[in-house]
Amino acid sequence: MARSALLGSSLAKKYWMALTGLFLCIFLIAHLAGNLQLLDMSPDGQLKFNAYAKFMTTFPLVKVVSYLLYASILFHAFDGILLALQNRKARPVRYHYEKAGANSTWYSRQMALLGTLVLVFLVIHMKGFWYEMHWGDLGLDADGNKDLYTLVAAAFSQPWYVAIYVVSMAVLAFHLLHGFASAFQSLGLNHPRYTPLIKNVGVFFAVVVPVFFALIPVWMFINA
Amino acid sequence: MGTMKLTLKIWRQSGPNDKGKMVSYPVNDVSEDMSFLEMLDVLNDELVRNGDDPIAFDHDCREGICGSCSLFINGEAHGPGRGITTCQLHMRKFKDGDVIQVEPWRAGAFPVVKDLVVDRSAFDRIQAAGGFVSVNTSGNLVDGNAIPIPKNDADSAFDAATCIGCGACVATCTNSSAMLFVAAKVSQFALLPQGRPEARKRVLAMVEQMDKEGFGNCSNTGACEVECPKGISLEHIARMNREYVAASVTKDR
Repeated sequence: MARSALLGSSLAKKYWMALTGLFLCIFLIAHLAGNLQLLDMSPDGQLKFNAYAKFMTTFPLVKVVSYLLYASILFHAFDGILLALQNRKARPVRYHYEKAGANSTWYSRQMALLGTLVLVFLVIHMKGFWYEMHWGDLGLDADGNKDLYTLVAAAFSQPWYVAIYVVSMAVLAFHLLHGFASAFQSLGLNHPRYTPLIKNVGVFFAVVVPVFFALIPVWMFINA
Repeated sequence: MGTMKLTLKIWRQSGPNDKGKMVSYPVNDVSEDMSFLEMLDVLNDELVRNGDDPIAFDHDCREGICGSCSLFINGEAHGPGRGITTCQLHMRKFKDGDVIQVEPWRAGAFPVVKDLVVDRSAFDRIQAAGGFVSVNTSGNLVDGNAIPIPKNDADSAFDAATCIGCGACVATCTNSSAMLFVAAKVSQFALLPQGRPEARKRVLAMVEQMDKEGFGNCSNTGACEVECPKGISLEHIARMNREYVAASVTKDR
């Protein structure tokens, strides 16, 4: 029973949702820190970014972590879909009139929808850059590294592409606005002394991280 | 003191297999001092006089302690107002001419019996799975007050124990999740020394039964805590989550 309890039960699904979610939050910080280098659009900055991209796709330890990351994204999405389907099934007849705004925020109730939109964005995002970096036909820069920078700059010179990124980051912000603190609650980490702090950090994280991510395409578009 | 004229839109369903629909009823001469249930009594009285089938709804103590009354009123469990059951909801919360929607609790695990009455025996089965302390009743009882318990723990256990099992948490939850109910029942024992010997077995069995009954999962929206007539805190859900992890990992087999 203990074995199935840690894999199949309603609570276990939430633990895994929380653990993978928090891991993805840590990834967001690392990903943002690295990609803020794109804000330096000088020729020297371009070479540095391409060298960084090469390191991130070839260094063994980073590769190991990246496989863990892919697994976490897939698991978080799969587990989330499973939970959403079960939740729908739990209420076969809906209410005629529901005043849900009186007791909870819309984004806390729409985590599945927000998550699906983030997943759609991830497909676009990974096709655009990750796939091209690994298997695409990229030219080489002056240092002989794959010229990912030029690809990114070209993508972000298109207004609609920038718009997709900005809107997607807004979606991510709302997902994190509930998800960050929710993950701690799911893991049972609720304490009168620390929960207010966790909630405040969650709001800060949910605003700052997506805003900086959105800044990159907007900055590159303006300065193109 | 004036009286109000209201329009009630009430879910009517003749039995478990009937499809059911919302039906409109005008109600006149409603006093603002009536409770919501008394207002329904007045409507039912009129329906019976006219030879119509009265509206079935659950009620018992009418003082907010038994957990019988339910009703999803104007989109909220136990209607507008906080920390109250439907019997404690007074008509002064409404205005003359209001249209009031009245629906039964909606959850697959709470099937409609008739009209506004739902079968909440799923809660009983969860309780029976582990929501108790096995006490020796053969005459050698230990005085409970002889066991030292920190005041904060005793208070918190009592807060959890004030759950009346009305099901507002399930009705309110966008996922029809019963986590707040189960968490309250787990916490009231988990916090006390008398509850510790069976703590691991209890949380595993109660969560297993909860899942079997078909309740949804917890999204931590916090809606249950807001609508709970007894103000049961989400902290209890976190405690259940901790208890469950610990029990899953350390259970013998």
